[in-house]
Amino acid sequence: MLQGDHITVRYGRQAVVNDISFRLEEGQWLMLAGPNGAGKSTLIEAIAQGVPYEGTIRWQGEDLRVMKPNQLARRIGVLSQRNAVGYAYTVEEVVGLGRYAYSSGFLSGRRGEDRDHVEQALEMTGLTGLRRASMLTLSGGEMQRAFLAQVFAQDPQVLILDEPANHLDLNYQQQIFSLIRDWLKQPGRAVLSVVHDLSLARRYGTHALLLDRGQCVASGAIGDVMTPEHLNGVYGMDVAAWLRELLSQWE
Amino acid sequence: MNDTRSLRQERFAPVTYALLTAALLATMALCVCVGSVPISLSDTVTAVWRALWGLPIPQNIAKNIILNVRLPRVLCVALSGASLSLCGAAMQGLLRNPLADGSTIGVSSGAALGAVIAMAAGFTLPGSSYGGVMISAMAFAFGALVLILSLAYALDRSLATNSIILIGVIFTMFISSIISLVVTFASEHTRSLNFWTLGSFSGVNYHQVKLLALALVACGGVVLRYSRELNAFAVGEDNARHVGVNVKRVKLVTLITISVLIGVCVSISGTVSFVGLVMPHIARMLVGPNHRRLLPASMFAGAIFLLLADLTARTLFSPIELSIGVVTSLVGAVAFVIIFSRTRKAR
Repeated sequence: MLQGDHITVRYGRQAVVNDISFRLEEGQWLMLAGPNGAGKSTLIEAIAQGVPYEGTIRWQGEDLRVMKPNQLARRIGVLSQRNAVGYAYTVEEVVGLGRYAYSSGFLSGRRGEDRDHVEQALEMTGLTGLRRASMLTLSGGEMQRAFLAQVFAQDPQVLILDEPANHLDLNYQQQIFSLIRDWLKQPGRAVLSVVHDLSLARRYGTHALLLDRGQCVASGAIGDVMTPEHLNGVYGMDVAAWLRELLSQWE
Repeated sequence: MNDTRSLRQERFAPVTYALLTAALLATMALCVCVGSVPISLSDTVTAVWRALWGLPIPQNIAKNIILNVRLPRVLCVALSGASLSLCGAAMQGLLRNPLADGSTIGVSSGAALGAVIAMAAGFTLPGSSYGGVMISAMAFAFGALVLILSLAYALDRSLATNSIILIGVIFTMFISSIISLVVTFASEHTRSLNFWTLGSFSGVNYHQVKLLALALVACGGVVLRYSRELNAFAVGEDNARHVGVNVKRVKLVTLITISVLIGVCVSISGTVSFVGLVMPHIARMLVGPNHRRLLPASMFAGAIFLLLADLTARTLFSPIELSIGVVTSLVGAVAFVIIFSRTRKAR
């Protein structure tokens, strides 16, 4: 569905993403993992056409650079890491913006289909009761769910999520990740996400791309990438021992 | 079940439009009636009505004052107020910054410099003595915008709104000095520019009313057409791009349109500050942040506010007429502090 070849992103002379390639096929959940500064969010910004890059990113063979923004938005929904609202929009208004790519013009009102998608997205993220709440009054987790609902309302074929668990408590983490997994079960869909929590990545991902200082360390099926050798090398520590130590607190 | 944080239903139904239109017409009528020569409401209505239908106007009505002095002025003021407020609302949404406005980001100052230079140099266009000032004001407004955005981009490579505002404020101070220099070394007849740089609608005519109306219809139409895009920008520029907005095109077209509209306004009345900054905030408190409601509400609020400011400027110390910018700045600054503190508390 989505294929990136030799993607390089430079800030000045420094390449923060250096010659990365990936493939995302139907039904896959590709986890982008790596330490801080590995280039994960920058790679996502490149896919979302938010930063200039070298190389090509194609959607079913078509170069994303030549796609109109609304065509891109119908195919790829992006949940950014930095979300904040400056004015007192309601949750429903923000979620409704997810239908922008389907609107035909200034005078066109919200169609029944749009309303259905917004309702469904609010329900999926547990925000139906907050639909009239001002975004300025939401907690970090509620705001994260509101923007996730916007992405669901967008009804894309690929979800690109930068730290979807940000600000979410454990209960919502489980709910949201299960929700995304259920969403992925529909035909013609795929997910690419940045996840810092390696346990979550291991639990929900089907494939992984491990980055370090802008370069690809390993890519492939999640079990082949998330090995002690790869992770210990990238993070500079015994990752499995640390996770075991954390878990042992509960035993 | 609804959360207790729910906002009240914000509708901008036909009844709201009707009420705002009635308030605007009432304010316009008040502004025509009140002045150094008081005129009754019935005389005003009769004169305007009969003039509209080409009927003879009775001798006992002060036809000249109503139709040739006050009415064009009132129309110019209303159109300018609506235009400036619309520009402010659009900029605040586009840049996601409640401090954005033509006067705070330097566009008005740029337009003022263009107009002052054109006046001082006697720059005219063939067939239109006024066209040179207008073209120069629009060109300088756009040039100022390009310069400020370029400097902001060079500063942080991201066009951060705080950088835009900061550079705009510094640019405005710099341009004020340049304008003072031009005025100081200008010939005797252009010394009146000093008064004009603080804003004045004295001596405006129907030609200028037509120009303003044309600019507001054309530029306002473009801005109103982008109300959904402005909502997306007001939530966040990245978010706008992610939902499918062509951010570069919308930003460029909106900023050019705003520059043109501010340029036309400034070329007619001089710089009138605070209208575009404060009125969108008041409109936002009334109808919420959705630009489909906010933009029309801002236009009404701006028109009514500027009409009352102009009325105050010409009647408070009559026969001395104050610059309208003096009144809008005094009222606007106080109003802005109140609105800002209330908004902060509400959060």
